[in-house]
This record gives sequence, C-alpha cells and structure tokens, in this order.
Amino acid sequence: MVRLFHKVNFDWLANRRIFIIVSILLMLAGTGSAVFRYARGQAPFNLGVDFKGGTLITAKFKQRPSAEDVRAALQHAGVHDAIIQPVSSKPDEVLIKLPRLGSEESAQDEAQVDVGRTKVAEALKSFGAQVAADQDFAAEGNSFKIVGTDAVGAVAGAALRNQAVAVTLLALVGILVFISVRFEWTYGAAAVIAVFHDVLVTLGMFSVFYWEINLTVIAALLTLVGFSVNDTIVTFDRVRENLRLHRRESLYKITNDSINQTLSRTIITSGLVFLSVVAMVLFGGEVLRPFSLALVIGIVFGTYSSIAIASPIMVWWQQRVERQTPRPAPARQARATDGGAGGERKHSQRTSAPSDVPAATCLRRFG
Amino acid sequence: MKKNLTQRAIVIAIVTLVALFIIFRPRDAEGNLRRPQASDFTWAGIKGTLQNNIHLGLDLRGGSHLVMQVQVQDYMKRLAENARVGVEKAAKDAGHDVKETRADASGGNYNVVLKLGDASKASEARDEVAKKVDLRDFSPSVSGDTVTWALTGSAQRSLGDQATQQAMKIIDSRINSVGVAEPTLQEHGGQGSHQILLQMPGIQDPERIKKLIIGQSRLELMKVVSPGNPSPMQTYATEEEAKASLGGQVPPNRRVLPYSERDEPTAAGEAPAQPNQPKRWVVVESPAVVDGTELRTADALSRTGNDSDYEINFTLKPSGAEKFGAWTGANVGAYMAVVLNDEVKSAPYIKSQITDSGQITGRYTKQSAEDMALTLRSGALPAKLVYLEERTVGPSLGQDSIRAGVTASAVGLALVVAFMLFYYRGAGVNAVIALILNMILTIAALILFDATLTLPGIAGIILTIGMAVDSNVLIFERIREELQTGKTIASAIEQGFARAFVTIIDTHVTTIVSSLFLFVFGTGPIRGFSVTLILGLVVNLFSAVYVSRTIFIWLLNRRGRRMETLSI
Repeated sequence: MVRLFHKVNFDWLANRRIFIIVSILLMLAGTGSAVFRYARGQAPFNLGVDFKGGTLITAKFKQRPSAEDVRAALQHAGVHDAIIQPVSSKPDEVLIKLPRLGSEESAQDEAQVDVGRTKVAEALKSFGAQVAADQDFAAEGNSFKIVGTDAVGAVAGAALRNQAVAVTLLALVGILVFISVRFEWTYGAAAVIAVFHDVLVTLGMFSVFYWEINLTVIAALLTLVGFSVNDTIVTFDRVRENLRLHRRESLYKITNDSINQTLSRTIITSGLVFLSVVAMVLFGGEVLRPFSLALVIGIVFGTYSSIAIASPIMVWWQQRVERQTPRPAPARQARATDGGAGGERKHSQRTSAPSDVPAATCLRRFG
Repeated sequence: MKKNLTQRAIVIAIVTLVALFIIFRPRDAEGNLRRPQASDFTWAGIKGTLQNNIHLGLDLRGGSHLVMQVQVQDYMKRLAENARVGVEKAAKDAGHDVKETRADASGGNYNVVLKLGDASKASEARDEVAKKVDLRDFSPSVSGDTVTWALTGSAQRSLGDQATQQAMKIIDSRINSVGVAEPTLQEHGGQGSHQILLQMPGIQDPERIKKLIIGQSRLELMKVVSPGNPSPMQTYATEEEAKASLGGQVPPNRRVLPYSERDEPTAAGEAPAQPNQPKRWVVVESPAVVDGTELRTADALSRTGNDSDYEINFTLKPSGAEKFGAWTGANVGAYMAVVLNDEVKSAPYIKSQITDSGQITGRYTKQSAEDMALTLRSGALPAKLVYLEERTVGPSLGQDSIRAGVTASAVGLALVVAFMLFYYRGAGVNAVIALILNMILTIAALILFDATLTLPGIAGIILTIGMAVDSNVLIFERIREELQTGKTIASAIEQGFARAFVTIIDTHVTTIVSSLFLFVFGTGPIRGFSVTLILGLVVNLFSAVYVSRTIFIWLLNRRGRRMETLSI
C-alpha cells in the first residue's frame, strides 16, 4: 500500500503565529505592489479589455510580420498606444490590444466599440489583402484575417467589474450562511476569512507579476473560493466528528488531530486538482492561460489556508465565544433532551464537548 | 445483500444507457431526432452527432456577440417634450396667461414646468390641464406661479422597460429579415439596465448588421412653408436665412430642415433644375402630417434599372392613409417634404389627392436602399441604441479553443487516472470507473438541460474531474483508516462510506451554493463555468457514492471467493 502522510503528528496550531505572519506578509506584498503601482501612476492591476473597456483583436496572417512592423503600420494609421502581442503557441497569430478610445463620456458615442476593428483592419491592409474569417488565404502574396474581436465600452466594462465583485461577495455570504447552519457561525466566519485571504493573495500575485485580469480570472477566483472552502469543510467535518467521539479532549487537540487525519486526503485531492490545472496551463491555449494561472496559485494557497489559517481562527474564535457566554451546562443539556430533533441534539453535543474541559485548561493549552 | 446488488446494478445500467443514448442519439439538420444510419457509427458520424447534440457557445462555435443599451433617457426626454407641447396648448386654450413652459431633463428627473402670469390661477391651471392632457405618468406640484409635473419613478421604470421591449421587437424583425441564422436575443444585465444581448452564430463581420440594427429611419411627411406650385419652392441658402424668415426665432409649429436637392424636378414635368446642388434649407410645418408609425410597407426599387439609382416606395396604413388623403386633398399644389432622419430628401408638389403611397427618392445604392426600407418597415426604434460590447470569434479560433480544451481535459484525466491506479491499486479501478461515468453523465446532463458549453465551461469540466475524484479519495482514505482500527473489510467499507458521505454532502452543497450565485447573477463566462460545475457536482453524488459503493458490494459478494484483503 502506497501511503503519503501516514500518521502525521504535527502541531499545526502551535505554529499559527508563523502561518499568520506569512499570510499577512503575502497579502502585504500584493497590496504593496498595487499601492506602489498606483503611486507610480500605473494601474494597480493589469485589467483586461473586459473590465477596462477597449478592444482586443486577434489577427491571423499568412506570414506574420514582426511586432515592430505591426506597431509601425498601426501608428501610421493613427492608432497609438496599442499593445502588440504575438501568440506564442501559434506562429501566425497576433493579439492587438487597444485601450478604450476617448473619455468616459464618449461611451455614449455609438461609434465607441466600432472604431478599433475598422482602424486596425485598415492599418493591417499594408501587409496584404484582408480575407473573410471563414475563408482561406489567397494563394499569392501575404494576406490576413481578423479571427476574433472583443470590444467592450467603458460602461459595460465597469458593469462587468462591479458584477464580478458583487457575485463573489454574494457567493461568500452564501457559503458563510451554509456553514453557519451546518456547523457554528464561528466555523463559517473562519472559513470565509481563509477564503478571503486566498482571493487577496491570488489577486496580489496578479498585481506583482502584472498578469492580465479578465472575466475568466474571476471565474477562476470563484472556483478557488469553492475549492478552498471544500478543504476547510473536510477538516471541520472531522473536528465535528471527533468532538463527538472524544468529549474529554480540548478543541485545540481535536483540531490538530483532525488536520493530521485529513492531511493525506487534502494533499492528494489538491495534488490531483493541481495536476488537472497544470494540464490546462500547458495545453489549454492562450485564452485559458490567465484562468489556469489564477487556479495554480489559488490551489496552493487554498490548501495552505484551510490548514494554516482557517483552523487556528476557528479555534481562537470558538474559544473566545465560549468564554464570553458561559452558559451553565445543565441548561444546555436540558435543551438537548427536550429539543427532540436529531440535528439539534447533535448541535448541542458538539458545542458542549469543549466546554467539558475546564476553560482554564483550554486557555493554557491554546494560549 | 444479493438482491440489493442486482437492484443497484440495474439502476446503474439504466442510467448509463440513458446517458449514452442522450449523448449519441443522432439528429437531422433541423435538430430533430432521427433513426440511426450506418454512417452514424463511423468516427466522423459520431463527431457530427456530438456537434449536433452539444450546444456550443459562441466562443467555441464562432459568431458575434453584441450588447447594446437603449438610451431610455432620450425616450423620456421626448415624452416630457411632447407633454410640454400639450400642456402649453391646454393652458392657453383654457385662457391662462402662460409666461413660460419648458421640459427639464436633468439628473434622472424629467419635469414639465408651466409658469403663469397669475400665481393665484396655478392650482386651477393644474386641474384644467390634467383634464385635457394625458399626464398620468407625472405627479403635479404647485409652488407660487409655477406648476411642475414630474415623471414618477415607477413610470420611469415601466416606460424604460417598455422602450426596451419595443426595441427588442424591432431588432428581432430587423435581424430576421436579413436572414441571420439562429440568433438569440435577450435582455441583459440587471433590472433597469435596459441592455439587450444579441448573439449571432456564424456571423464573422457584424458591421452591416450593427448599422442596420441601430438605424434610425424616421420618416415624416411635412408641409413646406412656401408658395404653392407653379412658383418654385421657397428655399434658403443658409440656416440663418431660413430662421430670419421666421423672425429670427423658430416657433414650436415650424422647423428648419436641411434639404439636399438632388435631381428632383422643382415643378411639374421640368427637368432637374440644378441637379446635385449644395445643401439648402427649407422651413416646414410641425408636427408632421403623417410619420413612420403609419407605414405599412416600404420597398427598395430601382428607378432606371441602374444599380446606383434606387428609391424607396412606401404605402401607408389605413389610419395614416385617411389623414394623408384628407391633407393632400386640401393642399393640392403645395409642396410636401419627405423627411428622413431630419433631412428633407425630396419635396414634390401635390398634383392631386394622394391617399396611401409615396416615394423617397435620392441616389441610393441597392444595399443602402434595401437597408433603409428594412429599417422603415420594422418601425422606428423608441430611442437611440448604443453598443456596449462586441465580441466576435472566428470559426478557426473556436476550433482551436475546442482542441486546446479537449487536449487539456484528456491530459488532466490521464494524469488523475494514473495517480489513482498507482495509489489505490484495485480501488483505483473503482474510482476510474466512477470518474468516467461522471464525465458521461455530466455531458448527458448538459445536453438534457440544453445548457451551452463554453470555453470556461470546458474549464469547469476539467475541474470537476479533480473534484469528482476528491469524493473517492475521501471515501478511500476513510476506508483505509477504518481498516487500521482492525475492522472487517465489510464494516470498514460500510463505515468509510457512511462517514465520508457527511463530508461529501457538506462540500458539495457548499460548492453548489456558491456556484448557484454565479449562475443566477453571473453572465457570460462566469455563467458557462458554473453550469458545468453544478451539473458535474450533482452527477458526482451518484457516480462517486452510489456507483463506487455498488462496485465494492459486488467485490464482497463474488461467488466462491471470500474477501481476505482489499486492494486499496
């Protein structure tokens, strides 16, 4: 039998300070990079056409001219500050990015999203004739076709941005509510803080390396949210189960044991998802690249945070809550007996378990 | 146990067969099911069937995606302006001393303001005007000598929605008449964003359609302020001159419009007086005798058979024809301006009563005449449209994305399978079967719910591979743990499944909850991604829990062999 991480006995919670400092440093690095870029007059994040507005054109050439030639041709046609990016995986394609033309107000202008494509097509005609996207290149001479256009006006860009943020926050609230119902609200809060941390760290990396953020990156962040919460729940589930089995143990010890018991599963699953995502980075093509990159980073930190961030916060918070509201044990038992419903009984067992240990022990062991 | 096993096997067999049937049932060109033929079982046949069955998004299939917004504020402004005209007339008719009327549009408020010379009459004027003019969308208020009617918030909302709906209908008829195949037209964005999404598969260069959609062909037939035939029509060289003829100020019942005289005769039977002469100006009477809403048909016709010499013939609806007939009957000899988009296109004189037809002449090319006829026929847009987003994907780009997605999925799947077999040995086979079934069922569910597969959707499928296997990992790790505590194989499996099931439900429901938000509130790629993720996770409950369990039960019950060890 092949085994990974068998009988690990590591005191995760004892090292919580180190973990939390590492996380804070990572988040600071991201925030620092964003602030630094902003201070230097640069955009804090490399927002793609989806969020910033602008035009992204994919042109396919019979013989691809160099990026400099394309830039010269565009400038000749009056298109300045275009970003020209030869597609690395395909030797005949070039991505041309144009920033949003005109000011915010001109978003009202109906020509807004048209200008880019027409101008670029005009400029590229200096390399050869234009061919319709679904036709073959002419036999003679160089020719090109525009195989893709993404043009987003300022209004739509802002709307997409706001929507992405709102949807992410809503999803987090949904997760918080669900975990609070299934566990305790402190568990939910801890899980959501951990996930929030993952999103921040990943976004921070995107600022540091100035990778482009487009709509698919948002999809990746949302996957990461689901994924990181998954890991956290697996651990919390074990904590809940162990609390029921070992009612004399402290929450601290039980959480540590639970992390260790589920460690092999956590690593294997994360490793497998990591493998599928690496496959996406390598074979998924240019379009999926930002998405896959976000996931690669996200999975690493998502796994780390469910072990090193979510659990310590949960333990700390849960103990704090129980210290602040010391309810007499008999009252709670009475509720459990007359409560009737199975769910409720489970609930009270789980909360009463750590309080069976004298609070002083709890504190000594944890703090 | 034995009976249970048979029952489980039957359920799994039926589900698998139904899924395979859904995926591979052949369809004809119209998308209807048809009987399979021999050619359906070749590689190309299967590929074709899959392409027909799986509804591909524009990013994979190629096509155009346009988001436009109805400028409803223009619509409201016009509404307020129309109300103002009515208010002024009604107040004057009621004998009030009207000092000023104006229609304000600022900061999302649309007001009609009436200022009276006598402040004590304000309330009276308010009530009298309300009887004559339809102001039910406005709420009146009186302060001093001023009556203000403000367009209410609820009216703004319903009028905005109404304008959007109307615009959608018009866009629909416009794209249908140019023959775009399988377009989807729907409202986009949140409530009150007045956005419309149009997707046109297979359209590579949407320029012409874009122009056609936002085309504002507003036709008006108006009386020219001029002495009648046989004297030539009164025109002015400049706008100022035309205004000067009205005493420097254009009154509400007059309008000054540019007039591009081409080759229209200025009087009966005469040759064009000055063909293609520069733009001149005319004064016309407002409001129009009839406008575009009264149009019944509009067609492009060539006058001489020459391709650059098209004109547009139109006929009027009975209600318009009645008005038009009465007016032309009473104005024989007068000049009538055919006004298209605030420009006088031609100004024939009325020889005799005309009831229901007319022409818009000018030197149109075939396509411009046809497009204009089309926009006229489909009716005027309630307000201007602007494009917010345009995405076009060429067929080759889509093909490349499919290839990349399929390669990435295959490689991901292979890596996962290899690891599972290596790490869990015999039980790994179990997981692989569950995983393959998971993929088959996910694709079948996609087809069954007619969901659209997009590029992020493929990414979702790749992720479900990883997440699907997570359920098996949870279960297997648990079984290993139980075995270590010295339990028998049967009870270790039993316990492993029971314990892991709680966790699987918790993790799945959490992910589904967050994905549902993406599905409900997200658009575009976010939505496409959540669809496959949700379907994959739901299906996974069946494949990883029910199917894997059945395989273990089968292993435990094999005839003649007692399970001594479990390969896990």
